[in-house]
Amino acid sequence: MKEINILVLADHAEILETILRLIGNHDNWKGFGAGSAEQAFAAMEKNKFDLVLLGVGVDEETGRQIMEHCRAADPKIGCIRHYGGGSGLLYSEIRHALQTG
Amino acid sequence: MKNSIMHQSASRFSADHGWLKSAQTFSFHGNYDPDRIQFGALRVLNDDTVNGGKGFGRHPHDNMEIISIPLEGTLEHQDSMGNIAVIRPGEIQAMSAGTGIYHTEFNKNENEPVTFLQIWLYPDKLNVAPRYDQQSYSDGDRHNRFLQILSPDSDDEGVWINQNAWFHLGDFDGGAVTDYNLKVAGNGLYVFVISGDVEVNGQLLNTRDGYGIWPESPVSFRAVSDASLLIMEVPEKW
Repeated sequence: MKEINILVLADHAEILETILRLIGNHDNWKGFGAGSAEQAFAAMEKNKFDLVLLGVGVDEETGRQIMEHCRAADPKIGCIRHYGGGSGLLYSEIRHALQTG
Repeated sequence: MKNSIMHQSASRFSADHGWLKSAQTFSFHGNYDPDRIQFGALRVLNDDTVNGGKGFGRHPHDNMEIISIPLEGTLEHQDSMGNIAVIRPGEIQAMSAGTGIYHTEFNKNENEPVTFLQIWLYPDKLNVAPRYDQQSYSDGDRHNRFLQILSPDSDDEGVWINQNAWFHLGDFDGGAVTDYNLKVAGNGLYVFVISGDVEVNGQLLNTRDGYGIWPESPVSFRAVSDASLLIMEVPEKW
């Protein structure tokens, strides 16, 4: 089964850690964390991601910039906003993004 | 866009963790159906029953408006803002998770289960300062009428949240009729039957059924039996 690489951007360290742990609990998902937009851009230069989650602390403008960056790099890279802080919605958000593109 | 959607009680997702039994109207945690993601800004409608003394340990939330409405039993809430509170039937709790909050929710009673509705709405603003609110209302206030328990306005009735949403509760005698007019044209109305049988614009709903509509005129209600209803007006887009 193909490994799905997911970049999570969030400026709340504990919540970011929780989200990465939950992603890591899934068999073929691998999470990477970024605590700032700069770290996210740097991570995207070095690695290829299937999905980018915009978490807590990411404002509208930063979110728009990252979405545009993803689209320019590869239109197949999904970029969605993550709500809720890990619990509850995370799995269905990821599955929905991966299925609907 | 379809202008109505029926979610019969038995069609909800179910999760049984022993200490927690949860009936979930929309995709939640490991349960996923692309056709059952949300109704406008309404993203989660969980009907949870927690065994005596058990509960949800410390866990985070962000950027979500989280509402709890106890139906039976008592629920204790503690959060990272220092709030410690117990809510019971006749009360509503609202939490704006915003930039991040941790909380626990436990059944306060060791011997009796607690049943409560856990409702999440997408916020209309990102990264707001977290806040917690709790209010009570009396049974008489909602007899044969809809009582507002939530709005977007801190000066209005009920608790307030960061979304253009209005919640009402009503307990109707069999045969009672009433209407609901949207606060904002274009909003949707999600009806959840806590108990009893009711016709909503002629559509029959039974206990724990849900029915979402995007109405163009007042929504009519007729209680077929004694019925307790929660109605949630929410925006389609925000």
